[in-house]
Amino acid sequence: MSDVCIVGVGIHPFGRTDGMSGVEQGVFAVRQALGDAGIDWPQIQFAYGSSDAAGNPDTMVDRLGLTGVQFINVRNGCAAGGSALFSAQMAIKSGEFDIGLAVGFDKHPRGAFDAKPAEYNLPDWYGDAGYMVTTQFFAAKIMRYMSLFGISRETLGRVAEKAFRNGAKTPHAWRRQPVSIEEILEAPMISDPYSKYMFCSPGEGGVALILASEKKARELGKPLIRLKAATMRTRPPHSFEVFAPSIDVVEDDSGPRGTASQIASRDAFRLAGMEPGDIDVAQLQDTEAGAEIMHMAENGFCANGDQEQWLAEGRTEIGGALPVNTDGGCLACGEPIGASGLRQVYENVVQLRGDGGDRQVPGNPKTAYSHVYGAPGVSAVTILER
Amino acid sequence: MRAIADGLFTDETPPRLVGGCDRATGRVVFPCPDSSNYEAMPLSSDGVLWSYTVQRFRPKTPPYAGPEAFAPWIVAYVELPGQVIVEARLVDVAFEDVKIGMPLRFKPVPLDPDAPDSVLIPAYAPAGDAA
Repeated sequence: MSDVCIVGVGIHPFGRTDGMSGVEQGVFAVRQALGDAGIDWPQIQFAYGSSDAAGNPDTMVDRLGLTGVQFINVRNGCAAGGSALFSAQMAIKSGEFDIGLAVGFDKHPRGAFDAKPAEYNLPDWYGDAGYMVTTQFFAAKIMRYMSLFGISRETLGRVAEKAFRNGAKTPHAWRRQPVSIEEILEAPMISDPYSKYMFCSPGEGGVALILASEKKARELGKPLIRLKAATMRTRPPHSFEVFAPSIDVVEDDSGPRGTASQIASRDAFRLAGMEPGDIDVAQLQDTEAGAEIMHMAENGFCANGDQEQWLAEGRTEIGGALPVNTDGGCLACGEPIGASGLRQVYENVVQLRGDGGDRQVPGNPKTAYSHVYGAPGVSAVTILER
Repeated sequence: MRAIADGLFTDETPPRLVGGCDRATGRVVFPCPDSSNYEAMPLSSDGVLWSYTVQRFRPKTPPYAGPEAFAPWIVAYVELPGQVIVEARLVDVAFEDVKIGMPLRFKPVPLDPDAPDSVLIPAYAPAGDAA
């Protein structure tokens, strides 16, 4: 079967944009992507849109044009963007459509995400006691991982330092000032072992990707960026997820628990006919510094515990063996939920086209990997090839 | 003093935590779901620390119902061998002395340590040699 290709990309810079709604940031990204693909809105045959907190994506037809286009809204936690992209890919693969849009945007209030126990099928006392705080889960997950595999807090610091260094080179990033590792390690703690620089913040932004059949992509005359795999998976038994008053005991607890990311990753590599060693650049969910560490292993790029050496040797730097989060990831870009997973794919397209400017991965990268993880145990992976 | 919710602790002295055993699979969860598929069961009072973090800022109210005055506390996951890993406070230990694997014993504490009539929440404290 021929591949689905990405023929246009657009982004509204991440961060805070007062006076501009989430939908408007999505529209901004769509217009940029249309321009990039060299097409007009009426040529778009279908759209999938993701937003968690900034309204229904389909309402953007008001601004883009009332062409009667099919427009489906997707909500899937932090994997919403990945789910929109997966759905768009399937619409083309089915043969029903030749060209369409995956768009994601969001605009969250300042501070941590608000969560109520009832929304997660939890009793009220759980919130009363102070456990409806997502940062607790992320911190407890890395704390056990560090204890099992000898990961130091300095390595967490190196991840954050790299994120801000890469963000400084990225026009669409929110945090664009490098921060020294000393400042990162000594900053006020949020949830041990994480200081305030080791968590990303909810933010704003919009991303649009235009997908086309290979035939249509050739007609448009764009360089072919092939979507070799797009997977979205849910969690296996015994996993450790956010807002868990209890976790299953298991017979052998000497390794990390299974995750949706492992499943999505394994299936993506199988679909693409590739192995982790074939990937030239990767964007891995880094809502906290330790997430990048654990996701390196969950996605098969290294063994558990090897991250300590990888980071010390700079192997995930832009010039390293496997550059990770070349635009600064969630740590530098913030996390507008609906847009975040699509930002990773946007960044990968930029890298594969060689348009990365100061943050361009050297050596003409040919393959690129993206991974998002969300509550309560959903994960989406894409593999692109030029 | 009473528990923060009905059915969390047994009525004995000292109390134990109450979990739920899935009648079909034998899987143990906490708290016991309000469902006929689960049978309430007292959980072991002894466990070991599986993981933890320190909550360094006051959680948002609502839903947090703790005192206005905030002092950081430890969120622990405590493995009750052969049963389940439960989330609870960890008390009576300095933050820097917490070690994954340390033996712990169930010791409910008031949600507001300064209020004599405060409700009790599940908590553990170091046991045995670590106490």
